[in-house]
Amino acid sequence: MKTVIWKVFFNFEKEEKWLNDMAAKGLSFIDYTFGRYLFEEGTPGEYIYRLELLNEMPSHAESKAYIKFMEESGIECVSTYLRWAFFRKKAADGPFDLYSDYDSRIKHYKRVIAWTAVGLALNLFAALLNVFIGLRLGSSGRSSFNLYFSTISWAVTIILIPMLISYIRKIFIMKKEKNIYE
Amino acid sequence: MAEGNERCALTEAVYYILLALHTPMHGYGIMQFVKEMSSSRVNLGPGTLYGAINTMLVKGWIKALEGESDSRKKEYEITIEGRSIVQDEVKRLEELLYNGKKIAGRD
Repeated sequence: MKTVIWKVFFNFEKEEKWLNDMAAKGLSFIDYTFGRYLFEEGTPGEYIYRLELLNEMPSHAESKAYIKFMEESGIECVSTYLRWAFFRKKAADGPFDLYSDYDSRIKHYKRVIAWTAVGLALNLFAALLNVFIGLRLGSSGRSSFNLYFSTISWAVTIILIPMLISYIRKIFIMKKEKNIYE
Repeated sequence: MAEGNERCALTEAVYYILLALHTPMHGYGIMQFVKEMSSSRVNLGPGTLYGAINTMLVKGWIKALEGESDSRKKEYEITIEGRSIVQDEVKRLEELLYNGKKIAGRD
């Protein structure tokens, strides 16, 4: 039986944890499109899921080669969305982490930060534009929804900023660890 | 640290991948081999392995073997340059080990 759950995540770590929690309950994630998560019923704890922001779009040769490499290593690419790839591996095969060293983990966080920053900038721009238009229309006596719309953008901004800070802090901690450990 | 051509320590992942590739192997084989060799202590992440393979291909420490068809898994093998890198690293590790035992004891 298949189950659809609509959900919005900003933080990929939380999303990954949620997918793993669902898998532990016996709902194996199989597809994603814009907020729509598709699950199928399976054995509880059968899979471990990992999310990765690829260097290029999934259709790009570089990403294709990478996904092929993963599949040859017993890792399934269940779904892709924009540059995100959803990977899973059978839990019976042992622990599953995409990275086993600080350098590649730091690189991945940097990539996530860069794209989050782009999203944040666009969002801030939309927020300010809507406030500006809203105030202009308001002062000329016309009613406007722009001010209301801008609250959505402000809410997203409030979510994204602490998230960015938490990622940056993580990189900082990893770099410190890297000074001592490999 | 790695300025110019000055030699520095290999990462554990690179060192073990180079050891593994003394026999031609594909990615998954490398992971299994390294895991066995280290009694399950070193679990190479596929993302890390992929990055390391590509870097070493560029450096010429390993080479990809031509498969007969596209469906075959891509195999890699260490090059002569790669072998000499490993040998230098073994010498460096011997020095570390010698000094460690001498000062910190434990026999």
